[in-house]
Amino acid sequence: MIDVLVQMLSYPFLIRAIVVGTLVSLCASLLGVSLVLKRYSMIGDGLSHVGFGALAIATAVNAAPLAVAIPVVVAAAFLLLRLSENSKIKGDAAIALISTGALAIGVMAVSLSTGMNIDVYNYMFGSILAISQEDVWLSVILSIVVLALYVIFYHKIFAITFDENFARATGVKAGWYNMLIALLTAVTIVLGMRLMGALLISSLVIFPALTSMRIFKSFRSVVTCSAFLSVFCFLIGILISYAWSTPAGASVVCVNIAAFFAFWSASLLFSRKKK
Amino acid sequence: MALITCDNISLAYENNVVLSDLSFSVHAGDYLCIVGENGSGKSTLIKALLSFKRPLCGSIQFGDGLRQTEIGYLPQQTGAQKDFPASVWEVVQSGCMNQSGLSPFYSSAQRSLAQETLKKLDLWELRRRSYRELSGGQQQRVLLARALCATHKLLLLDEPVAGLDPMVTLEMYRMIQQLNQRGITIIMVSHDIQSAVQYASHILHLHNRPLFFGSTADYLKSGAAKQFLGGPEHD
Repeated sequence: MIDVLVQMLSYPFLIRAIVVGTLVSLCASLLGVSLVLKRYSMIGDGLSHVGFGALAIATAVNAAPLAVAIPVVVAAAFLLLRLSENSKIKGDAAIALISTGALAIGVMAVSLSTGMNIDVYNYMFGSILAISQEDVWLSVILSIVVLALYVIFYHKIFAITFDENFARATGVKAGWYNMLIALLTAVTIVLGMRLMGALLISSLVIFPALTSMRIFKSFRSVVTCSAFLSVFCFLIGILISYAWSTPAGASVVCVNIAAFFAFWSASLLFSRKKK
Repeated sequence: MALITCDNISLAYENNVVLSDLSFSVHAGDYLCIVGENGSGKSTLIKALLSFKRPLCGSIQFGDGLRQTEIGYLPQQTGAQKDFPASVWEVVQSGCMNQSGLSPFYSSAQRSLAQETLKKLDLWELRRRSYRELSGGQQQRVLLARALCATHKLLLLDEPVAGLDPMVTLEMYRMIQQLNQRGITIIMVSHDIQSAVQYASHILHLHNRPLFFGSTADYLKSGAAKQFLGGPEHD
């Protein structure tokens, strides 16, 4: 076991993947609690598909991937929020529309430029080789920003997540905080998607929050548990991925599934004991 | 000076006027019930009072040192709240938000306000319980406590007894009455016209325009009430 760890840490690309993955898991789980409770779970999924489209186009025109993907996904996040707030196309339909649309455009861009190849596979399911030094710095900055904003605005985020109308009535600028959450989610997803894969990244947003909610009953404990659980599952997942040569993204999601069922059975046991 | 004065306001959604020519005022200590059928403009009026919505014309003025963010609002419950993991304490504490200003944390004054309010509404024992495990009546009481944390003057209640069983409904009305007797002004939107005339001091009857505004005693003599209450002049 120790040998495997030492061996893993001797590869610089693996260390980069672990640093970025841990920080992205942390941010995604914090933001995820609000998104899941506000019934916006699918936003993460929609945004990752938009990210796929943007990355494909960036590769086709030989532009820097992050420089294209981050602004496009941020714009899509604002659009999705606006759509789900006040329009005739309801939230879930709007997300499905945008995500499949972006996926199709991405596939077109890839097939017209390089053809369907290993790159597409990597975008879809993630690759630990894709993480550069630049990504490491970006994810460090991002996670500091997310953590700081989360601590500073924790009570306001709670109020808005629990009851947006009441929060607005007491003078909290709910629209502004929604924008902020969407913006941070967008950046988190773009950073994480090349490691986890466009099809799998949204699991980092959804799983830890839902798993924690099986057992924990106050907002603070759910948030804390999600953060620890998300990082823990990521580390176990990457270890499995190294030991059995499985794709990193899928391994992490599988560990999350296991954690979900473990928490779920525990909650069933607890409730049976009470009766 | 009145707490709230609405002067000839009209409210509309994209040029579709839902409420017009409405003037009324609420004074300290009043217990005003806003009644009317579905789609009569009650919810829109609430949005205007909370300034979620600007009137098309006319003005809404706050007096007696009441600030707009100091209205204790009890909204209708949303579906998402029913399984929300939050302790009673966390929910009630969030009512103190309007006194924090820019500070990211709650002060000890705010904490003791939440504590007092919990005790006042018999919720202190439940403070560590999860909101989603409470009964409908208890949940509503928690939301009332949160609204009380946000105000010393005025509560704005949107259908506070919707979905509650008769016993709990009665208890809720008693509690609101007690708060009113302790000097808190009440504005309540309600479908329950029988209880409205029983508890309220003033009635505002809406049907896309004001049908009646005045004291409850006068309301009972008016034509609007007879129609709505199903009196002898039924047609």
